[in-house]
Amino acid sequence: MSITDIILRTLAEHGRLAADRSLIDDHTDLYQAGLTSHASVNVMLALEGLFDIEFPDRMLRRGVFRSVSSIRQAIEELTAGAASPPQLTGELK
Amino acid sequence: MPFDSTTLYEGLVANGLIIPSGVQGVFGRNAVFEEVLERFNGLISRLALNDGAEKMTFPPILPRQVFEQSGYMKSFPQLAMGVTSFCGCAADHGELVRRIEESEPYDDLMAPAGVMLMPAACYPVYPSLAGTLPHGGRLFDMTHWVFRHEPSSEPTRMQSFRVREFVRAGSPETVIQWRDTWLARGLELLLSLELPARSEVASDPFFGRGGRMLASNQREQKLKFEVVIPVISIENPTAVCSFNYHQDHFSQTFGILQADGQLAQTACLGFGLERVCMALFRHHGFRPELWPQSVRSLLWT
Repeated sequence: MSITDIILRTLAEHGRLAADRSLIDDHTDLYQAGLTSHASVNVMLALEGLFDIEFPDRMLRRGVFRSVSSIRQAIEELTAGAASPPQLTGELK
Repeated sequence: MPFDSTTLYEGLVANGLIIPSGVQGVFGRNAVFEEVLERFNGLISRLALNDGAEKMTFPPILPRQVFEQSGYMKSFPQLAMGVTSFCGCAADHGELVRRIEESEPYDDLMAPAGVMLMPAACYPVYPSLAGTLPHGGRLFDMTHWVFRHEPSSEPTRMQSFRVREFVRAGSPETVIQWRDTWLARGLELLLSLELPARSEVASDPFFGRGGRMLASNQREQKLKFEVVIPVISIENPTAVCSFNYHQDHFSQTFGILQADGQLAQTACLGFGLERVCMALFRHHGFRPELWPQSVRSLLWT
């Protein structure tokens, strides 16, 4: 499963988006799609667990969680571009 | 007088303005303190006179169900204060008294009372707005005791204090315009009392790492402003007035609609009444009879 797929599934589970999931692409503004501040925190915490990473303070910002693309960029930076860890598939429902 | 918390606290105590209780952040206020507080609150009433706000008063306890629904624990669990009560039988009562006499823990004999101490002055209003607002929305005015579990030796950081609060519910334009009007009014009011007030973008003390993100979101979106005055520090002035724009957070939670059926928005503003008094004592001295005539005439007319 790609990082993008994992982000999309995490958004589906924790993002409580108003917009249809199939309409979310790489650059959709997730806040405009209904992502609330509290839901973005849940997405952030879930991604930390799944990727075994910790977003540093500089990344705990609205802009970082604005789109699938910006989230992916942050995760890639924190995982130094490594492929998605193998344990991810099992943890996602 | 330097800007530090010990000097201010000791000055307030020495002049009898506050009466220590032995617990940090909990103290009494004497008649002089209370008169200043009421006079300042009266000035706010004069500013709000023609706004047509509906006055409301709620007791300082909030139904636990409303507290839970409001989402306070998602954001500020560290500040929440609950209420417990003894609900045991006669045998339990004997045990309760014995343990207290012997300084043993007895919390297991106490049960949740179904209410929480009021965390913020505006919280009881939102559930009462469930349904459709009239055209133009609604505006509320209240003075409430609120509670925050943050014991501190700083006199400005109290476990319980009074807030003069206004709440606006309506369309986004109505709510934002109202907030901006009061931001200007609040600043002008405090400046007229010869207090070096200024406004700034602010964030709430959200809990934990998620909280850092919530605070950053709040700042980026300019959802919270504060009017601040140096009281115990020049570098870190004290917030005496706070303006929160909730967007549709409470409307979604409690089902509050505009007259046209769209989700309403809400904002609130609160003056921390004790903090304003402390700012006045810090800047003009501990004896109001010696305050500048211009300040006295504003408050005592």
